[in-house]
Amino acid sequence: MTLPGHFQNWFRSKGWQPRPHQLEMLELGRNGQSALLISPTGGGKTLAGFLPTLVELAAPHITAGIHTLYISPLKALAVDIARNLETPIGEMKLPVSIETRTGDTSYAKRQRQRQKPPDVLITTPEQMTLLIADPAAAHLLRNLQCVIIDELHSIVSQKRGVLLSLALSRLRTHAPQARFTGLSATVADPDALRAWLAPVGTPPVPLVLGKAGAPPRIRILDSVERVPWSGHSARYSIPEVYETIKTAKMALLFVNTRSQAELLFQELWNANEDHLPIALHHGSLDVMQRRKVEAAMADGKIKAVVCTSTLDLGIDWGDVDLVVQVGAPKGSSRLLQRIGRANHRLDESSNALLVPSNRFEVLECVAARQAAEEGAQDSEYPMTRKLDVLAQHLIACACSGPFHADALFAEIKSAFTYRTLKRERFDQVLDYVATGGYALKSYERYAKLKQGEDGQWRLAHPQLVLRYKMNMGTIVQNEMMKVRLSSVKMRQGRRTILGGRVIGELEEYFLSQLGVGDTFLFGGEVLRFEGMDEFGALATRAPGREPRVPSYNGGKFPLSTYLAERVRGILADKAQWQSLPPQVRDWLSLQSWASVLPKADEMLVETFPRAEKHYMVCYPFEGRLAQQTLGMLLTRRLERWGAKPLGFVASEYALMVWMVNDLSAMIDQGRISLPKLFDEDMLGDDLEAWLAESNMMKSAFRNCAIIAGLVERNFPGKEKTARQVTVNTDLIFDALRSHQPDHILMRAAWEDAADGLINVERLGAMLKRVKGHILHKALERVSPLAVPVLLEIGRESIQGEAHDALLAEAEAELAAEASRLA
Amino acid sequence: MPFSPKPKPNLPLRPAVLLDTVISLGGVELRPDLSGALYVPDLAALIISDLHLEQGTSLARRGISVPPFDTGITIGLLESVINRWAPQRLIFLGDSFHDDDGERRIEAALMQRLKKIAVAHECFWICGNHDPSPPRHLAGHSADHILLGPLTLRHAPQRLRKAEIEIAGHLHPGCAVAQRGRRVSGKCFIADERRLIMPAFGAYTGALSVFAQPYERLFKREETRAWMIGQERLYKFPFARLC
Repeated sequence: MTLPGHFQNWFRSKGWQPRPHQLEMLELGRNGQSALLISPTGGGKTLAGFLPTLVELAAPHITAGIHTLYISPLKALAVDIARNLETPIGEMKLPVSIETRTGDTSYAKRQRQRQKPPDVLITTPEQMTLLIADPAAAHLLRNLQCVIIDELHSIVSQKRGVLLSLALSRLRTHAPQARFTGLSATVADPDALRAWLAPVGTPPVPLVLGKAGAPPRIRILDSVERVPWSGHSARYSIPEVYETIKTAKMALLFVNTRSQAELLFQELWNANEDHLPIALHHGSLDVMQRRKVEAAMADGKIKAVVCTSTLDLGIDWGDVDLVVQVGAPKGSSRLLQRIGRANHRLDESSNALLVPSNRFEVLECVAARQAAEEGAQDSEYPMTRKLDVLAQHLIACACSGPFHADALFAEIKSAFTYRTLKRERFDQVLDYVATGGYALKSYERYAKLKQGEDGQWRLAHPQLVLRYKMNMGTIVQNEMMKVRLSSVKMRQGRRTILGGRVIGELEEYFLSQLGVGDTFLFGGEVLRFEGMDEFGALATRAPGREPRVPSYNGGKFPLSTYLAERVRGILADKAQWQSLPPQVRDWLSLQSWASVLPKADEMLVETFPRAEKHYMVCYPFEGRLAQQTLGMLLTRRLERWGAKPLGFVASEYALMVWMVNDLSAMIDQGRISLPKLFDEDMLGDDLEAWLAESNMMKSAFRNCAIIAGLVERNFPGKEKTARQVTVNTDLIFDALRSHQPDHILMRAAWEDAADGLINVERLGAMLKRVKGHILHKALERVSPLAVPVLLEIGRESIQGEAHDALLAEAEAELAAEASRLA
Repeated sequence: MPFSPKPKPNLPLRPAVLLDTVISLGGVELRPDLSGALYVPDLAALIISDLHLEQGTSLARRGISVPPFDTGITIGLLESVINRWAPQRLIFLGDSFHDDDGERRIEAALMQRLKKIAVAHECFWICGNHDPSPPRHLAGHSADHILLGPLTLRHAPQRLRKAEIEIAGHLHPGCAVAQRGRRVSGKCFIADERRLIMPAFGAYTGALSVFAQPYERLFKREETRAWMIGQERLYKFPFARLC
């Protein structure tokens, strides 16, 4: 298909050629067909998505309802996209109206958008869901022609994506004529996204591929310094990283956690003799501060930005020509995505530098570089069938008007994410939404949904609409508290703290551990904690003081299965060691001399004594979460079999358990069998017994209870009384466990915990993999490979659910202190 | 692995033992229980604060359908603590029902169990802010406050008169201790030399941190101790150790 004349002229005036994938998208769009466009950043993806709409609306027309809905996962992105579209629309003088609607949009503007809708509405998944909960939804969407979903690869792996897919199924009912366009970065399984976009029972949408960019140039920092055995600070690399930044026009430095970002920023600042403009960007910083950094990037006023995943997505904020990944990349798709942030001209290679923060991470970086150079992807499969999300959707549907259960069930089954939903389960969720779904039917009279004579379900009270709107959404954050920069005044000899401007938010959990006078890093400054007031935490600047850095509480992202396999391959294959730095090569040679290096399909288990304790280390390379679960289960078994385990520590790569009894001897005498210890049957009763007690399960339950609307975060009118109407979800969990353990929300929580928090599936696959392939080595002393894990012991808090043990310890310490003083 | 729920048999799993913890207030020996109740051996009296019966149905009326099992669980806990200490008198420190209408909503079988308890003991029902009028169908005396030897028992803590020593409820005290980078929190008894505030007993009752504004000026901090309720026993901490 060719572009209309004035579009061609416009492209020419820009010095551009329409790209093949843009024309392909135009043709599909003009035929009313849905499509998935996979293209690297810089490929004109957004324009490709909008082109059919712009061409369609180029003729003078009367706007009769929304023509195109554009959904972006980031609120800030919505505003930027709208601004970027104004350029072609303005320059070609197209009669197209564009508006945005996000959580920040005023009530008045939203009302106006209902009365007089624009041609194109740019919005977020949450606003999309609110739109279908509107009784006027059918009317507003009657002329909808096109829905564009940006960053689809990122949305589908979250509960937000599951909720969005339900909203889209509703939208299809209102506007059967609409086409669906997904825009995505490269993913491991494009077919899953193609199916995600199409209603069940119809063929997957066609795939359009943008031209792949030039392969990236990825370098691993080959430091002259000694790479540390363990830890995550990468402090050794600062001088070299700093020198590299100096050679770049603008560099993005990605890390995996907020605390790493703070630390890296601080270290770079200390090394910053040339006064380079270096900035910090992460999710806890105040929005205004983040916007300022983004603006400075766009203006080219910044040399480097230290950031977390907050800059993974989104439009280009400037001329980035170098990406530095500090710490392990965790997955090749994530790495490729981040590298793609540099150099948006497709024909030029992006430059990336990987900086491992310890020796195991060197292996991971090598594996990630290989994978990235091959373009191998390991992104996650779309998330499906979440029962708590379904419950929220049912309330949204009821808010928009009465419904028949049969019709709604059929509509929900048409969504890719719920294609396997059973009617029985749907009815349970409906029952939960209506009356709580309890065995004890005492709440019938307080039902939220009631079935009328006509068989339709309707909301029992109009006030429920407002409550739904205040509590909808699937992003459940840890309780966050505002941090305000304060000043100290002396008044009548008393130190008085005056609250000042808000500089960001921190987890309540973290703040609650600080005592007045404690110092911590935040927003690149050392702050002194001054206490709390009713609005949050108060802090003052404490320059020059040694910060008590937030503890490293594990990466958010586990090592991908794909990279793990590659790392095992590198360990086993000496030919590949050539690509490793000499000191790491020496380390591995030492290991094969002092102990052994396992073959790619083997799992090494080492046992050795040390300082009157006995240790067992295994190296599954399955990520911290799966190995933490393994640690919990192994210690239960070792306890039962008389080895007297004392504790364990899990890293991303290995698991170490220490105990009183001599495990080497027990194995030797046949009292403990390793194949039995690692048998898959641990995922039966042992897992269940542990999980039921675990905090993981409680935290999964809390999330589900919030999403499913069992407890409410916000209550209309009187925010102060919110606490009074909220029952602690742990108490609800206990009540259900004893009285109705098969309740639908218990099931939802179990599925979430098994999926994400404890990685049961991955653990199961690993146990299956190592069956018959366990290589045991009884040693006299710790092996070179085990040293990094051993060093983690002091850093990690003790594991398990031993609350009473911690309390007893705290109490005993005080008693000991008192007796010393006496 | 599929979801295969197994009920946890009979909550609570707490050990049914008499703890040896003693709190001394105004020369009276008090024995705190893991359930949050307080036994007074000299008077064979068991004090229970903030039962909040029918909290579940009270919330359900506002459209928040938390599981309706709380009253049954709370009464079960009450029965077991009574078995443990075998008191002659029961003193309820107020907010026994979550609202004044609770007595009407409670299931008949559960009401029977409550009546049985009330008849078998000498009961004192102190009125709370949630239940300003005394129970209509339960045996016992009702009162605004009770004098127990040197101690004044009332629902909400008040400004102490000269030489007055008080046991109160109402605030639902809770506290936390940070140890090894972990924060462990729970309900607690909190007391100085002249006042003790009891934790809430009801199954769905939460905790309000002892650092919250309502506790200000109630205690002399340097004398203040908290007894935090753990899984197996109580743990005693000076105020300075709490967070």
